Amino acid sequence: MEIAATAVVAALGELVDLGRDKIDEVKLAAVEACINAFEHSATPDHKVEISFLIGSDEADGDRAFLEVGVADSGRGFRPAELAAPEITAKLKSSRKRGWGIKIIESLMDNVRIESGEGRTVIVMRKYR
Amino acid sequence: MSETLKVVVERPDATVAILKTDGYINNAGGEEIAKEAYALLGTGVVRLLLDLEKTKIVNSIGISILIEILEKVLDQGGRLAFCRLTPTIEKTFQIMGLSQYARIFPASEPALSWLRGETE
Repeated sequence: MEIAATAVVAALGELVDLGRDKIDEVKLAAVEACINAFEHSATPDHKVEISFLIGSDEADGDRAFLEVGVADSGRGFRPAELAAPEITAKLKSSRKRGWGIKIIESLMDNVRIESGEGRTVIVMRKYR
Repeated sequence: MSETLKVVVERPDATVAILKTDGYINNAGGEEIAKEAYALLGTGVVRLLLDLEKTKIVNSIGISILIEILEKVLDQGGRLAFCRLTPTIEKTFQIMGLSQYARIFPASEPALSWLRGETE
């Protein structure tokens, strides 16, 4: 399911000449955001909205970018309350998951998360 | 891209095993790798190389299963190595700190040398 979004990322990434490695990074970030939305949101309509934006940032010397937004209508979460995962602790823990947000924030240049009851939006931007 | 992962196991010798993946490593793909890895561990083969040349994406659920495999390998006193990762997969593994416990190599031969204890 989430792989379908990566085809659009690839096409738009080539359009703004992002380069293969950066396109792969955006793909993974989009995959992670989709997984989070489908798995954790408990969205009542079982739908996730994915949006794409390409442009250039006037405030940043007209640098071209690709932006991906993933939104759901679920229960929301508090990003500040998420514990940062750490490998040594994970190896000793029965719960090995919880890496999605860390991966997204590490791979993308800008990440904005707005979340509340009934709506969560994560917007991720990658510059050329 | 196919969402069904294929795993091929090769035994270059009695001490090590190579698991070559082909496809997307998600929860299902991770489970396929785990099935093969645990079968090998069960026969006493504790030095494993995951060759990801034909894998372009590993999601966090797949990675969590790789961490489970790593835990079992380490519990049995073994070693786990990865080779031929895309730059993004390697970067992701570095972000997660996997390289603190498993080694990452550009090619299979140096990985096998390390697994056998011929290099450090």
